[in-house]
Amino acid sequence: MIPRPFAPAAAPRRRLAPWALLAAAAPALVSAQPWTRQVERVVAALSQNRVAITADFSGSEIFVFGAIRREAPPPPGKLDVIVEIAGPPEALTVRRKERVMGVWMNRAAVRVDEAPSFYALASTGPLEEVLSYTDDLRHRIGINHKVRMIDAGPVDDPQAFRRAVIRLRREAGFYVEAPGGVRLLEDTLFTAHIGLPPDIVEGNYEARVFLLRDRRVTDVRKAAISVRKVGLERWVETLSRERPALYGALSLALALAAGWGASELVRAMRK
Amino acid sequence: MHIYLPIAEVSVNPLLILGLGGLIGVLSGLFGVGGGFLLTPLLIFSGIPPAVAVATGANQIAGASLSGVMAHWRRRAVDLRMGAVLLAGGVAGSALGVRIFSALREMGQVELLVSLSYVVFLGGVGGLMMLESLRALRQAGRPGAPRRRKRHSWVHGLPLKMRFRASNLYISAIPPFMVGALVGVLSAVMGVGGGFIMVPAMIYLIGMPTNVVVGTSLFQIMFVAGATTIMHAVENRSVDALLAVMLLVGGVFGAQLGARIGTRLRAEQLRVLLAALVLAVCARVGYDLVATPDELFSIAPVAP
Repeated sequence: MIPRPFAPAAAPRRRLAPWALLAAAAPALVSAQPWTRQVERVVAALSQNRVAITADFSGSEIFVFGAIRREAPPPPGKLDVIVEIAGPPEALTVRRKERVMGVWMNRAAVRVDEAPSFYALASTGPLEEVLSYTDDLRHRIGINHKVRMIDAGPVDDPQAFRRAVIRLRREAGFYVEAPGGVRLLEDTLFTAHIGLPPDIVEGNYEARVFLLRDRRVTDVRKAAISVRKVGLERWVETLSRERPALYGALSLALALAAGWGASELVRAMRK
Repeated sequence: MHIYLPIAEVSVNPLLILGLGGLIGVLSGLFGVGGGFLLTPLLIFSGIPPAVAVATGANQIAGASLSGVMAHWRRRAVDLRMGAVLLAGGVAGSALGVRIFSALREMGQVELLVSLSYVVFLGGVGGLMMLESLRALRQAGRPGAPRRRKRHSWVHGLPLKMRFRASNLYISAIPPFMVGALVGVLSAVMGVGGGFIMVPAMIYLIGMPTNVVVGTSLFQIMFVAGATTIMHAVENRSVDALLAVMLLVGGVFGAQLGARIGTRLRAEQLRVLLAALVLAVCARVGYDLVATPDELFSIAPVAP
């Protein structure tokens, strides 16, 4: 990897080809740290920045690969890397069941204003060991910052609703944290694998790569990942949204045709 | 191997869905019930979002019923005239049921009311059916058991009498219409075809002969489910055609198998089996209502 300031897309691609598409189209957020002397920069690439949901989609894996470029000898302090991929945020209604006359029913409901549909975090170590509290707040790294609730309303223990979102989505495999998921080689090269589950929702996903020295963020790279349905999936979904009556009639016709066809087939086979 | 469903936005094992469809198909052909009372909970249990499960269930039921209707049609076991009266009631009831459903949805209590109606209706119908058919089985076992006499009740005193030749009945059109309407309401609220309540109502309330009951109820279910499919596609965009087709591929063959098994079993035996199945589902749903759930919280997207 040739260390050159703001390495253009082509430089790492030569080596990362054939799988690499350069991630770092967006400029690094160096201006966020005016007090830090920019002696180190991170260059990162994703194995894919387009994920196609096809009919046989069974999840995917994004391979994040990067290098640390230096103009000068490396500064002192512990070097760490955090890789984050977040799905599009959505608003959720979270309900809590209570027992009423022996039967469990939904009682309290709370609106969680923002929760990513997917969130994966990989780092070179446990988040609290590699990232300072202030920089965590500044960059909003970690699932705790991603699930946000503005006003819970009059319910007992409103934070329980927010925690429930995180817990349920962790269990479902939509929120993943891998504290040792980034492998750092010779303080220069790093790699991370992030798995996308099969039930992923389409939208614009954002990948961020953080470079840290002594628990402070010294450089950031961002990249967009577009997750889209393609082919039959896209066609069906578009039709159902834009021409719902036609779609309903087609679904029904298809179902009736299948019923009639099979009935005829079985009759033919019996003869 | 997995297939990603475009509307449900989940990835499923196609073999599981095909098997589910086949199971429901056997029930459909065997008992004349659409099987929705079993399909909807099973789909939700497999991870399909409830709204999609209900709407796609209706789509599947329409297709599966057609092959069942055709099998019965060839045996001249469909009373078209009775079916038309039931259907008129069904469409009216379904429109009412959709309104009830959306009102409950705003209150966030759809889940509870669906469960409660499952327990009440499946429990009531299944219990009655079990008692009645067990009694019939015992009587049939004795030689020279007395034939059930034709009952004359308030049903026969109503106006608007019609002749239903295939059923060998001359009765008022009001009871079949009301039965159809009740089934329509239930199908919209519970996401079922409604055969489990229509079949016993046709036998015990209207007094139809058992041999035309199954075909006629399938006839009504097919049209009501078809209307429900289009309504759900327009209102909620929750019909997953890919899921429905997979369920059907398994289901249509299951329905043929069920119709064949059905010709070899006695009506009383069929009813005992159906009653046992209905009671089992009722117990399961009831248990979930009362037992302390593992997870008290649930997430739903905010409606746009």
